[in-house]
Amino acid sequence: MNPAVTLPLLIPLLAGTLSLMAWRLPRLQRGLAVAGTGGLLLAGGWLLHRVWQEGIQVVQVGAWPAPFGISLVADLLGTLMVVITGLIGLAVALFSLATSGREHQAFGYFPLMHLLLAGVVGAFLTGDLFNLYVWFEVMLVASFALLILGGEKAQMEGAIKYVTLNLLSSVIFLVAVGLLYGKLGTLNMADVARRVAMLPGDGMVEALAMMFMVAFGIKAAAFPLFFWLPASYHTPPVAVSALFAGLLTKVGVYALFRMFTLIFPHNPGYTHEVLLWGAGLTMLSGVLGAAAQFEFRRILSFHIVSQIGYMLLGLALFTPLAVLGGLFYIVHHIIVKTNLFLISGIVHRLRGSYRLERLGGLYRQRPGLSVLFLVPALSLAGMPPLSGFFAKFIVIRAGLEAGAYGVTAIALLVGLLTLFSMVKIWAEVFWKACPQDVDTPAPAPVGRGELWLMMAPVVGLALCTLLLGLHAGPLYGLAEASAEELLDPERYIRAVLGSEGRGAP
Amino acid sequence: MEPVLAVTIGILFAAAIYMMLRRSIVKLVIGLMLLSNAANLLIFVTAGLTRDAPPLVPQGMSVPAGAVADPLPQALVLTAIVISFGVLSFAVVLVHRAWEVVRTDDLDHLKETDT
Repeated sequence: MNPAVTLPLLIPLLAGTLSLMAWRLPRLQRGLAVAGTGGLLLAGGWLLHRVWQEGIQVVQVGAWPAPFGISLVADLLGTLMVVITGLIGLAVALFSLATSGREHQAFGYFPLMHLLLAGVVGAFLTGDLFNLYVWFEVMLVASFALLILGGEKAQMEGAIKYVTLNLLSSVIFLVAVGLLYGKLGTLNMADVARRVAMLPGDGMVEALAMMFMVAFGIKAAAFPLFFWLPASYHTPPVAVSALFAGLLTKVGVYALFRMFTLIFPHNPGYTHEVLLWGAGLTMLSGVLGAAAQFEFRRILSFHIVSQIGYMLLGLALFTPLAVLGGLFYIVHHIIVKTNLFLISGIVHRLRGSYRLERLGGLYRQRPGLSVLFLVPALSLAGMPPLSGFFAKFIVIRAGLEAGAYGVTAIALLVGLLTLFSMVKIWAEVFWKACPQDVDTPAPAPVGRGELWLMMAPVVGLALCTLLLGLHAGPLYGLAEASAEELLDPERYIRAVLGSEGRGAP
Repeated sequence: MEPVLAVTIGILFAAAIYMMLRRSIVKLVIGLMLLSNAANLLIFVTAGLTRDAPPLVPQGMSVPAGAVADPLPQALVLTAIVISFGVLSFAVVLVHRAWEVVRTDDLDHLKETDT
């Protein structure tokens, strides 16, 4: 057993179990929330160090050899995602210490958060398709319960849409896995990749690829499958929104990256062309949806959709630079989007509303918070020198080099419209005078300690955004190495199955 | 046997999609149940059906004698059944709770979060 690979999985599972046992001890649960997520971040960092030094790390669970047992595989992409998961987990855990109410904690807020993280990390580290399905379900069940925590009317409505479409996507995924097994007789991703390459081109591979694309496209909220997202993400407690916004759709994006670089890279003229147009329309429909909204969290939800398009664009162009850009974009986006949701939570805590027309005057009252909003907002829109500038720059440059001018033009236009949306929030929430004739009940005054707990993760994530912008070299190097690894699936296959190619047909 | 099951799976999927497209939330949940059962049945038959040949290794040998059934889809379908049971029971409770809060069974009345 290689502890570096298993620790990031065991820590959230263990923390979740311990929090469940401490059901009536909220103080202990709060401590465990910070300790568990912090531990996950450290374990992820250690794993990243190992993978960077020694290459892809593999654990055969139960010592069953590769194509027969379940493999855990930590390559650069998976590991990078694990580190980011730890970072976001820690930020959200700190934020929830201040914002999650007694009634949420009494119904298992913290145990569910740990189990959600365990599902996310499991999906990033597994090397087996059915196991990926199982981790998706772990993540989904935890997210269902988190989504309805509190039981308000809007939450119920949102949850019905969220649950239905995610179950549908799981069933499509499961059917695709079943058909793939019937065709190939294996579920180990490396083994599947090797055998798919040997199949005759009778259209079956393309059909399976499209089933996986639809299944993960729903989870990633790609056009035209994204409608569950803006209908549900603005309903739960804000810490939950932030966690979902940062991580859940990105698991779908990760799965698309994995499937369409490792298992289905053979016919990019068909599959990646579909992805390309999907990406363009995702960007455009998301940003146009956001332009029509006047509620803080709904605007941000629509922007998740439009940003997913950039990541898919990176995958769809399928050149080394484009995949690099897509990976850079994922990391940048997770940090920035979580941060924006957290800030919307602080605004709500200060003013008691998410509706733009009821907010205003925050710049006069809290200039520090306003600057903190501008960092992720301008980064999302792609302003230099923040992280979003490099993310967009790489993807767009890759688009121009690949000659995909239409989609690149859409990407540029969407950047502009994103800026418009962010400026709209800035002008309405922070800049304009506070409206006098609103009937929003004034929220309880915010304590000093509470405010610090809410601000700490926001400041931390804003610093990460600045750092990724001003000192983009290390992440660029990581993304470059990871893109190289993704575009050479042989390395993954060799690492899992060994060089002699066990389990040959 | 496989063609019969294939047709059954097809009918299950068709019925599930029909139920899911109805406006009633209860029928939506019934559709989800049919859908997951169709998927489970599909996994069950993916490796083909083999009669009278359990995948057991006789004593003193390291491989089974003769052709045996593939045990993996059965293991997979067990996992899938358990997962879909858990998720569906959540969905049933959710629908009940939603009815208590919203007091409607018509999906067309659940438009508050869409606009």
